[in-house]
Amino acid sequence: VTLAEAPLVLILIGLAAYAVLGGADFGAAFWQFGARGERGAALREHAYRAMGPVWEANHVWLVFVLVVCWTAYPQAFASIFSTLSVPLFIAAIGIILRGTAYAVHAGTAREIERRAIDGVFSISSLLTPFALGTAVGAIASGRVPIGNAAGDPLTSWLNPTSLLVGTLAVATGAYVAAVYLAGDAARAGLDDLAAAFRIRALGAGVVTGAIAFAGLAVVAYDADRLGDNLLAWPAVAAIAASAAAGLATLELVRRSRFEAARYGASAAVAAVVAGWALAQRPELLPGLTVEEAAAGRPVLIATIAGVALGAVILIPSLALLFGLVLHGRFDEQAAARSSDRATFAPRRPRLSLLPMAAVAGAVGLPLTLVFDGGPFLAFGVLALLTFVALASVALGATAAESDGRRKRL
Amino acid sequence: LIWFLLAAAPFAPVDQEYVFEARQMQALSFAVHIPLVCFGIAFPAFVLFMEALWLRTGDPVYRTIAKRWSRVMLALFAIGVVTGTILSFELGLLWPSFMATFGEVFGLGFTLEAFSFFVEAIFIAVYVYGWDRLSPRAHFLSGIPVAIAGFTGSLTVISVNAWMNHPSGFTLGEGRVTDVRPLDALFGNHFLWHEVIHMYVAAYIVAGFLTAAVYAWDWLRGRRGRYERVALVVPLTVAALAAPVQIVVGDWAAREVAREQPTKLAAFEGLHETEKGAPVHLLGWYDGDEVRYGIPLPRLLSLLAFHDPKARVAGLEEVPADERPPVNVVRVAFQTMVGIGFVLAGISAVYLFVWLRRRRLPRSPWFYRAVVAAGPLSVVALIAGWVTTEVGRQPWVVYGHMRTEAAVTGASGIPVGYATLVLVYAGLLLAVAWILRRLARAPLDVQPGPSGVAPLIAGAARPNAEREER
Repeated sequence: VTLAEAPLVLILIGLAAYAVLGGADFGAAFWQFGARGERGAALREHAYRAMGPVWEANHVWLVFVLVVCWTAYPQAFASIFSTLSVPLFIAAIGIILRGTAYAVHAGTAREIERRAIDGVFSISSLLTPFALGTAVGAIASGRVPIGNAAGDPLTSWLNPTSLLVGTLAVATGAYVAAVYLAGDAARAGLDDLAAAFRIRALGAGVVTGAIAFAGLAVVAYDADRLGDNLLAWPAVAAIAASAAAGLATLELVRRSRFEAARYGASAAVAAVVAGWALAQRPELLPGLTVEEAAAGRPVLIATIAGVALGAVILIPSLALLFGLVLHGRFDEQAAARSSDRATFAPRRPRLSLLPMAAVAGAVGLPLTLVFDGGPFLAFGVLALLTFVALASVALGATAAESDGRRKRL
Repeated sequence: LIWFLLAAAPFAPVDQEYVFEARQMQALSFAVHIPLVCFGIAFPAFVLFMEALWLRTGDPVYRTIAKRWSRVMLALFAIGVVTGTILSFELGLLWPSFMATFGEVFGLGFTLEAFSFFVEAIFIAVYVYGWDRLSPRAHFLSGIPVAIAGFTGSLTVISVNAWMNHPSGFTLGEGRVTDVRPLDALFGNHFLWHEVIHMYVAAYIVAGFLTAAVYAWDWLRGRRGRYERVALVVPLTVAALAAPVQIVVGDWAAREVAREQPTKLAAFEGLHETEKGAPVHLLGWYDGDEVRYGIPLPRLLSLLAFHDPKARVAGLEEVPADERPPVNVVRVAFQTMVGIGFVLAGISAVYLFVWLRRRRLPRSPWFYRAVVAAGPLSVVALIAGWVTTEVGRQPWVVYGHMRTEAAVTGASGIPVGYATLVLVYAGLLLAVAWILRRLARAPLDVQPGPSGVAPLIAGAARPNAEREER
């Protein structure tokens, strides 16, 4: 991996994470789509409860992919987004619908409302993964030329390879979601839901695998270069790994070993992303190798350093969140264990911060007004912000604690 | 030969009929997203403040408020996530030539922002789903990264906007950038700081007044219990302290604009000719030569922009007509922002004066009506402020380097996309209104603190309240 390729590796990691985690979110919506009746309501509710704490973080992977792409490979990013504006816009609309579904769900009270909302918003479970899949298919089959909207606005993404990858994306999401939701249900002791999602996971797994293998033939017919490369070393190793992980996962699901299946399903999806990248190497777009597309050296170094720095914060944070979720700390029953044993040492509000706030304000105001730059201005602005913070705490706390209460008693 | 020319300049300006619609679409997306950003920045601090009061006093009312607000925070964050994602899509969908040419210069800002976004998304989930499941201390601590990420996220995004307004850190030749220094471009840019602080303070004003407006409305409707009172005074206090400070920060911002973007400053006022001792006109209309029907305040522009009543202020005539922004849009937006800013500061002054002198809230219903109005007005000021700076940047997308029409996509269908987005966002706003109404109507459950400690009636202001009753 050269310096020019390093950001691409980051993008692929992000893409794999989004395909697995974001895909699982859209897949959860896919299962909510058709569910009716009392059992359907339980199923839909379970999907919200399981995905609720993690879906936002899962969606950030997509943003991560976009920003690293436009920083490190700006011409490729611009070519992709201008040629594929239609499917990408459709994907964006689907994302709005999905986020709104979560927000609105917070306010729903009655089953009939929930069903109506899920009916509308579950459309996104088809739109977004399908549209993003067609975009991936367009890139993989070499239909995005360099330039501002230089490719065909329709056939670039309405072609056999794109349609295949789009369908595969929907199926994959549904499959991964079923595995995850089965695991979450089993952990929470919801055995009938676990059974329901187990069946769905098995069905979706078989269908996804079938589409993937039929897809190899489609790709060989439609994009022969990609097809050849997929079946040649080194991409074929990734494809084989994906197939093996997929089969192993099916067996794990059949035995209801959902926690292990979680990782198997994720690996199967990630391996497909890796296979695509290996098959397409070294070209990013036709006539544009990764080396040519890459931004200048200082930018690449800054991007990699920035991501490394971010990862130091991100990895423990993600571990915390998924640790809490996978240990069932956010499950319904966990509330009973509750926050308990809180020992309060009620204290009076500290000696008023107001005099300190006043000093900060008195220092900050003239400095900010007089200086046009430099350390004095910076100090003045900081002093003003300190004034707002301290005075807010002091006045806010005393105002909240004071009067009002006595009159009402 | 044609192939060669295309290959040589794949992102040369294209003929796009709908540049204006593309700008409108981008502006709409910002206008929907930016009020949500305010809640992303300021609301976690409000919620944490309430939780801190609960932890300190054991009074369950604070816990109830914090818990209810955190649900609102989560719902608004969900909408913020998706509307923010749309903005990053639109950068590529609408402005590919801008991205192709300059993406590597400012991209680092967004790369760092992605991590703020991650931290926000992760800890907001831990915080909101962690109620009753984490220890009170761990729960409180889990909210702190959300508040910090709100600041770092806006810092990194605004570093990109500041760079667009005051670009540096690269060399441009034949449509390609070379010698890119991303850290200099983003964080070595002194134009960044007033933008960040102005927006950060605005976030507290908007979130504060909008939240206070809800409970001021309750007060007017006769719901004046302790719950409503606490939920009113905390955000109102923050907003009331931030609003006057914003005027000082705004003055600093205007001086920066005067120095670095004189044409934009001239558009604020509608100053056509360069002059010494330039005036400010309140209201009125710029007719292409001068401001008509305005109330002139002599020498004020020179005084405000350069702190010297005789200072020379550059007029619009300094640049060719096709390099001037649409003056009236900028001017009206600027005056709207400043006007509302002073109204908000006035409301704040009344509140702070009554509180500091009498240790109570104002009693006139007019005060509460004003607070109800201040909520939406603060949003109008926020959007007017962004119109001022972004329309004032026109016709440039990268000030002085790339014109907006050179940045636009060559793809067709912008009007279709725009119409679709309008419909989707209209539905989104209805959905948000519906959720907030639902969440507000949910029955109050003022639970006792887990330890069962009786609420402590304490506070520095307590003796005053008793005195007042006597």
